[in-house]
Amino acid sequence: MFKKILIANRGEIAVRVIRACREMGIRTVAVYSDVDRASLHVRKSDEAYPIGPAPASESYLRMDKILDVAKRSGAEAIHPGYGFLSENAKFAQACADAGVKFIGPTPHSMNLMGSKTSARQQMEKAGVPFVPGTSRGLVSAEEGEQVAERIGYPVMLKAAAGGGGKGMRLVHSRQELRSALESAQSEAQRSFGDSEVYIEKAIVNPRHIEMQVLADEHGNTVWLGERECSIQRRHQKVLEEAPSPIVDPEMRRRMGEVAVKVAQAANYTNAGTVEFLVDQQKNFYFLEMNTRLQVEHPVTELTTGLDLVHLQIRIASGEKLPFKQSEVEIRGHAIECRIYAEDPDNNYFPSPGKITVLLQPSGPGIRRDSGMYEGWNVPMDYDPLLAKLIGYGTDRLQAIMRLERALYEYFVAGIKTNISLFRRILCDSDFRAGKLDTGYLDRLLAKGNRAVAPGAGESERATLEMIAAIGAGMFAVLDPASAAGKDKDGNTAGAAKAPSNWKQKGRSEGLR
Amino acid sequence: MVYEVIVGGKAHRLEVERAAGGWECRLDGQPVHIDAVIPRRDVLSLLVDGHAYEIKREQTATDLHMWVGSTRFAVELRDPRSLRSRQHAAGGEKGPRKILAPLPGRVVRLLVAEGSEIEAGQGIVVVEAMKMQNEIKSPKKGIVKQISATPGAAVNPGDVLAIVE
Repeated sequence: MFKKILIANRGEIAVRVIRACREMGIRTVAVYSDVDRASLHVRKSDEAYPIGPAPASESYLRMDKILDVAKRSGAEAIHPGYGFLSENAKFAQACADAGVKFIGPTPHSMNLMGSKTSARQQMEKAGVPFVPGTSRGLVSAEEGEQVAERIGYPVMLKAAAGGGGKGMRLVHSRQELRSALESAQSEAQRSFGDSEVYIEKAIVNPRHIEMQVLADEHGNTVWLGERECSIQRRHQKVLEEAPSPIVDPEMRRRMGEVAVKVAQAANYTNAGTVEFLVDQQKNFYFLEMNTRLQVEHPVTELTTGLDLVHLQIRIASGEKLPFKQSEVEIRGHAIECRIYAEDPDNNYFPSPGKITVLLQPSGPGIRRDSGMYEGWNVPMDYDPLLAKLIGYGTDRLQAIMRLERALYEYFVAGIKTNISLFRRILCDSDFRAGKLDTGYLDRLLAKGNRAVAPGAGESERATLEMIAAIGAGMFAVLDPASAAGKDKDGNTAGAAKAPSNWKQKGRSEGLR
Repeated sequence: MVYEVIVGGKAHRLEVERAAGGWECRLDGQPVHIDAVIPRRDVLSLLVDGHAYEIKREQTATDLHMWVGSTRFAVELRDPRSLRSRQHAAGGEKGPRKILAPLPGRVVRLLVAEGSEIEAGQGIVVVEAMKMQNEIKSPKKGIVKQISATPGAAVNPGDVLAIVE
């Protein structure tokens, strides 16, 4: 087993991996950019080294600097987390060349899965079901028209090197195809330096369901159940759950077996995720494989009782999987809310800044993987994910009720978060009924925001308004010093600079 | 102590006096006996007639909110005795208005020039944070008197970006 591991990441996932290492008696090495000196992952690690300025391209994406820290600190392995270098085959190769174990799949498997067309060709050979279409880039608009005629409109044009919706076009008819293909190709060229575009049948209102797999380096591969990830905004997942409300044990077994087949076809090792699109008739199609630990891995951990990060480390150190497929059991239900620094009142625009108050939930069935703390300045340079709140229960309804209770306890001030969004989702009747697809969240948001939780009538609202009024007064009476906008840490909080009635109130109190 | 409290656009008169076992309040003339404790900064535990409320205070560069449970209320608090706050209260629509940066970020570009006439809700500058661009809008119709934001410069919450009169 490794004695020391470097974590090439930041935020909640770096903290998550550091915790696993501490549990396993492994020393940890953190790396940090200039703006992350006071971040939680640095505080929690055994050793920490600076790797450069705030922009990720000058710090968390710098392979040379990270490998240099690994060498200096004597780390034997690197856990990449998710994002940053986690799916970069060149980095995995550079680790191997430097004699440091990369905790993840081999560069070969990553390359194979990195291109959507090469992944499709490989899967076609392995007999994996995927959305009807071509497995190679289109050579001409005529070819595109012929294929579209055969598989039927609407069709989707997709960049082979794509991701995040770039180089993607939905085409409803033959008339639109030629210009859509041209614009998809030029966008793909601009975004990825590769104009290869292929064609697929468009699945209307699909669900996005993924299957966790785990493979050791001795040829054993298992599946660990699915995650329902249909609740997305701008191609970014917001809430995930396990199991999916529509997957029964038979469908789970079939999806799991296909996922294992996908992993084996790519000679895959370590933790990975096979993503599927599921249509309204519950047919599932291979979409792509994510060659890393997923953000939403905790829901699988809670429903299987396994620790995926422990297992990743054990596999990377050469151990065999300590259990068989027949021993994997799915129990209970888990739902994850991704707490982002985003402003719900301003179209979910990112909201970095200083966290002035933080009240965090705990109690039965609640897991919180967080990278934030009170007094921390959320940097503006990275992904806005602050924390993950996961509710677990014996069934879906209990998990929902526990999450609602925990969200009621959760309070973050100083920056804006999307906590209120989850209150809306969890009480929504379509969500409660498990009627989800990738368009669900846009439809919910289009219904408009409601200030008060449903069930709160006019009179209740009026009572709460009275309470808020009394509360504002009592804060001024009992805590005049803080009301003056003074910051204990002596930092320049925004409140201190703004013209504030509280400040004036504080002054008038001082004169008494 | 007497306050004028504006909650969700409605003004209330709040009188607070210390009393046996707590505080005696009058809210718009209605007597309410309460007990109030601040167990930690920005958190208030309020007991009204046996009902318990946890109220959280959120102050930002631009506004003040009270959270009762998970319901948020925009609040303004004024001391009617204070001349300054009365002047401030009157300055809503008339006179110059400072446009403040609501969040830390970087100024990407200016959307209007000094001296131009703008409508309420019109964008003035674009500030980028976490790889997203955000238009900072004018709260009122008027003339852009001054632009202090410079493209490329970093801004902190509460920094003056422009003044509209």
